[in-house]
Amino acid sequence: MGRIVLEKVSKSFGDVEVIPPLDLEINDGEFVVFVGPSGCGKSTLLRLIAGLEDVSGGRILIDGQDATAVPPAKRGLAMVFQSYALYPHMTVRKNIAFPLRMAGLDKAEQDRRVEQAAEVLNLTDYLDRRPGQLSGGQRQRVAIGRAIVREPAAFLFDEPLSNLDAALRVGMRLEISELHNRLETTMIYVTHDQVEAMTMADKIVVLQAGVIEQVGSPLELYRAPRNKFVAGFIGSPRMNFIEGPEAEKHGAHTIGVRPEHIAASPSEGLWKGTVGVSEHLGSDTFFHVHVDGFAEPMTVRAGGEVGLRHGDTIHLTPEEDKIHRFDAAGLRIA
Amino acid sequence: MATQHSRSVARLMMAPAVVLLLGWMLVPLTMTLYFSFKKYLPLRGGDLGWVGFDNYIRFVTSSSFWPSVQATLVIVGGVLAITVVLGVLLALLLDQPMWGQGVVRILVIAPFFVMPTVSALVWKNMFMDPVNGLFAHLWRFFGAEPISWLSEASMPSIVMIVSWQWLPFATLILLTAIQSLDSEQLEAAEMDGAPPLKRFFFIILPHLSRAITIVILIQTIFLLSVFAEIFVTTGGAFGTRTLTYLIYQRVLESQNVGLGSAGGVYAIILANIVAIFLMRIVGKNLDA
Repeated sequence: MGRIVLEKVSKSFGDVEVIPPLDLEINDGEFVVFVGPSGCGKSTLLRLIAGLEDVSGGRILIDGQDATAVPPAKRGLAMVFQSYALYPHMTVRKNIAFPLRMAGLDKAEQDRRVEQAAEVLNLTDYLDRRPGQLSGGQRQRVAIGRAIVREPAAFLFDEPLSNLDAALRVGMRLEISELHNRLETTMIYVTHDQVEAMTMADKIVVLQAGVIEQVGSPLELYRAPRNKFVAGFIGSPRMNFIEGPEAEKHGAHTIGVRPEHIAASPSEGLWKGTVGVSEHLGSDTFFHVHVDGFAEPMTVRAGGEVGLRHGDTIHLTPEEDKIHRFDAAGLRIA
Repeated sequence: MATQHSRSVARLMMAPAVVLLLGWMLVPLTMTLYFSFKKYLPLRGGDLGWVGFDNYIRFVTSSSFWPSVQATLVIVGGVLAITVVLGVLLALLLDQPMWGQGVVRILVIAPFFVMPTVSALVWKNMFMDPVNGLFAHLWRFFGAEPISWLSEASMPSIVMIVSWQWLPFATLILLTAIQSLDSEQLEAAEMDGAPPLKRFFFIILPHLSRAITIVILIQTIFLLSVFAEIFVTTGGAFGTRTLTYLIYQRVLESQNVGLGSAGGVYAIILANIVAIFLMRIVGKNLDA
C-alpha cells in the first residue's frame, strides 16, 4: 500500500549538497514526522519523495517499485501544501474534484467521492463556496479533501499548520491524527515544531543539515536522544546542558537534564542559584535559574503554585537516573 | 478619521483637480456637439448657420461610413487577438529562468517606447517596401514574388504594425500577472495529475483572466483611435480608412468642421457600444 524506502538518496543544488546520501524506511500505515530547524532539508526531502524535485543520486522505492524517475502524478502520493495551494477560481467542490477530473473519472463517481470526502471533513455546507470565502482551517480541510479523494498510497504534508493560529493548530492537529487513525494510510508530515512531531508521530525523523540525526518513536527520542542536537530539539522547554567540572563528575563532557527532571526547593539541594525570570502557566511554573558556577541559566519546571519570585535563592536537585551524558563530540554515552 | 469636517476638507482639496478634469472633457465635447449642428466650412464661407441633423444624416449615409466602422473593428479585434495570444505566450517564455533575462525583458518592452509614427515609417520603409524591404529580400531569397504589403495586404499590414507596438504592453502586464502565480498551485496541479497543457488551461489561464481583461480594456481605448500608423502608411487608402481617419479627412481634407464633428459624435457612440460589449464579456473578471 504505502511503503516508501529511500536508498542512498541525495540532493544537490549546483555545488551545494543539501542532502547527503541517506537511507530511510517508512512502513505502510505509519505516521512519520520529519522535524528539524529551518533549512535542515526536511521540505526538500519531502519534495524528493513527491517527485517535485529530482534526486541527484540514489533510489526511491514506493511499494517495492523504483519510483525515482516516475513523474509526481504517477507516484500515487497526495500532498498538502503549506499555503494550501487551493485553486482560487474554482469552488470547493471543483477543487476537491480536480484530481478526479484530471484522472478522467466519470461525473457521477466524481460527485460521489467529493461528497464522501466533504462529509468526512465537515465541508458539506461549503462545497459551493470559493477558497477566498473560507477561513484558514476550512481551507486546510479543503486541501486535505483534495488529497483524500485520490485515495493515495501516502499523504505528504508540508508544514500544513504553520499558517493557522495557535488554537486552530491544536484542533487541526487532532483532526489530522484522527484522519490517520481512520484511513490507516501512510502519512509523512514535515514540521519545524517539535510539539507537533511529539504529539502526532508514530516515528520521528530528526534532521539537521540534511543528515538524519535519529529515527525513533517520540518516547525513544525523548528518553534516549542519540546526541546533543536531538536532546536539545525534542522536549519543551529544551534540555539544560551543563559542561565543566559538574559534567566530569558524571564522566562526561556535557550532561543534560530536562527541566521536568529537576526538583526545586527554597531551602536545600545540590545546586544553589537565584531565580531570574519565572513564567507562571498555572499548571506549571518555569524558572530560569542562574546557578552559581554554571555558564548558562537553567530552566526548571516546578509545580503550578510555587511561591518563588525574581531574585530569590533556589536549590536544585536533578534526578540522577534522568541525567543524559554526552562526550566531546556531542554523542550519547550509554 | 472620516469626520464631517475632514470629508468636506477632502472635497475642497479635490475640487481643483475635478474641475480641471471636467473642463478638459466638457469643453471639447460641447464644442464638438455645437459644431456638429452647424454648417461650418472654414475656407468656404466659415459659419453658415444651424442645419439641425443634416451633418449626422450626411455622415452616416456616406458610402465610406460603414466600411470605416468595419475597418476600425477589424483593427481593434485583430490587434487584441494577436497581442493577447502572443502576449500570454511571450510572458510564459519570459517567466522561464534563462540567461540574460533582464536584457531580454528590456528588449521586449522596447517597441512600446517607439513613437507610432516612427515605428510605422520603419515598418513601411524597412520591412514592407516591395523593392528594398527586408520582407521583399526574404521573399526573393526563397524565390517568391515580393508582396507590396501596404497595397495588396493593407489591413493585415496595419494590424501587424499596431500589434507590434502593443505586444510589449500586453506582455509586460501578463508577465507580472504570471509572476504573481503561487508556484505551489502549479505543483499541486502537477501532483493532482494535470499535464503541462492542462495546467496552463486550468490554472495559469484563469489566474491571468483579470490581467487579460485589463489589457483588453486599456488597449481598446487606444486602438479605437489609431491614426498615425494609417496616416504615414496607406493614408487611408486600400480599405484602411478607420472612423478616426474618416473624421480627420472630413475636417481637414474636406474642410468641413460640422460634418467631422458629427462623425466625432458617432465615434463616441461606437466607443460606448464597444465598451458595453466588452464589459459584458470580460468585465465580470474584475469583480471579487
